[in-house]
Amino acid sequence: MILPRRSLLTAGAGLLLAGCDKVAAIPQARKILFAGEDMHRGLQRALLDRGALAPEFTREQMSPIFRANGTRDPGTPAYAAMVADQFSSYRLAVDGLVDRPLSLSLDQLAAMPARSQITRHDCVEGWSAIGQWQGPMLGTVLQAAGVRRSARYVVFTCADLYNGQPYYESIDTVDAFHPQTILALKMNGARLTVPHGAPVRLRVERQLGYKHAKYVTGITAVASLAAIGKGKGGYWEDNVDYDWYAGI
Amino acid sequence: MDANTPGTSIVRHALATRLWHWVNAVSVVILLGSGLGISNAHPRLYWGRYGANFDHAWAQLPRFPAWITIPANYNLAISRRWHLLFALVFAFGLLGYMIVSLINRHFARKLALRRADVSPAHLAADVRDHFNLRFHDADDPAAYNSLQKWSYILVLFVALPMMIATGLALSPGMDAAWPWLLDLFGGRQSARSLHFVTATLVGAFIVVHVALVILAGAGNELRSMITGKWKVPEA
Repeated sequence: MILPRRSLLTAGAGLLLAGCDKVAAIPQARKILFAGEDMHRGLQRALLDRGALAPEFTREQMSPIFRANGTRDPGTPAYAAMVADQFSSYRLAVDGLVDRPLSLSLDQLAAMPARSQITRHDCVEGWSAIGQWQGPMLGTVLQAAGVRRSARYVVFTCADLYNGQPYYESIDTVDAFHPQTILALKMNGARLTVPHGAPVRLRVERQLGYKHAKYVTGITAVASLAAIGKGKGGYWEDNVDYDWYAGI
Repeated sequence: MDANTPGTSIVRHALATRLWHWVNAVSVVILLGSGLGISNAHPRLYWGRYGANFDHAWAQLPRFPAWITIPANYNLAISRRWHLLFALVFAFGLLGYMIVSLINRHFARKLALRRADVSPAHLAADVRDHFNLRFHDADDPAAYNSLQKWSYILVLFVALPMMIATGLALSPGMDAAWPWLLDLFGGRQSARSLHFVTATLVGAFIVVHVALVILAGAGNELRSMITGKWKVPEA
């Protein structure tokens, strides 16, 4: 009787690993598995200060090379035309649950009070890079548009395409009004380059890299994410099961 | 017949210990498997605050094969789902076990170090006993031997809390709220390296632990961790 018990002991771990994939295929189990995100979000938001600032760094602490990730060039004719005219035809649309829908040029965005921050970018894959970002606070833009109290989320629409559709991401209005949430126009002191999301990239410090939408062309205030994409709030969330919260 | 006589059946492990052991065993195996899946997304380790492809990596990890990762086929999103859900089971399980073990005096009775446990001569004798497959003190067979105490203490109070703290330091949300986590480990990429190194040590502990359970008598040891009942072995 000892032998089967021994093999049971060592095979237990192997069976557990193999069984996980079977379990994850059961809809009810999948629901529990995916609820971990809600638990982390609930715990972090209940226990921690939602206004806490992400750590900021000095120039000496910056990455020598900040790697670009995701789309490195949207490559569409419309985007190429904007690059060709140095984004003078670029307009940022601000709409949805706002009193005054806006269409802002790059000059108008650059004329707004800007915040500069040296922060760490954490990719969901595990790497980090520290860089300097500068641009108006998203809160300033939303206030200029007269965002309504009924708005609970802010959705970003981008110039780069995934599966033929514009990339999109979303954050809630609390994070949207966080002082470090900015529409970066500059990186490391120079205008954003194409690989890093020119001309406008969202910086939402305290969340993972895929939330930092590049090539932002539209900002829409909404009451619910249900009608956005497949309803989970972002391209990766809808198509690859990434978590919307992305704070851990 | 007194409780130390070989062949006597005694209650070796309290219910709380047994419950936590299995909840924790499942959690740790899932965390290790899903963690290796996450590692495959960027199998390079760095020291310091930042670290990416153009920076110096102190370790280039192998690609972990399908039989050891969760899920078997590379899927970072699903690896993260498993990892983050069971991180909660693991962390709150450990917290609950520690509270109960203080209350039911499990730590005080079983893990408190005595004079012999820190004596080099006794520890050397304990190493020799292990090589001779003698794991139990004939006078007090239910007690943990010194090496056993030390390894449980290091795992329970150093390695496992270290896993939680380094894991939290990887969260950009936690770093904003608790920036001291970063100071503690010297930056997020250092924390990530330490998370991996400590996980490796936990994995090594599991291998040795299972090997010793088998050598000490898998049936008797397994039963004692399920029903609590343990038969005092021949000295």
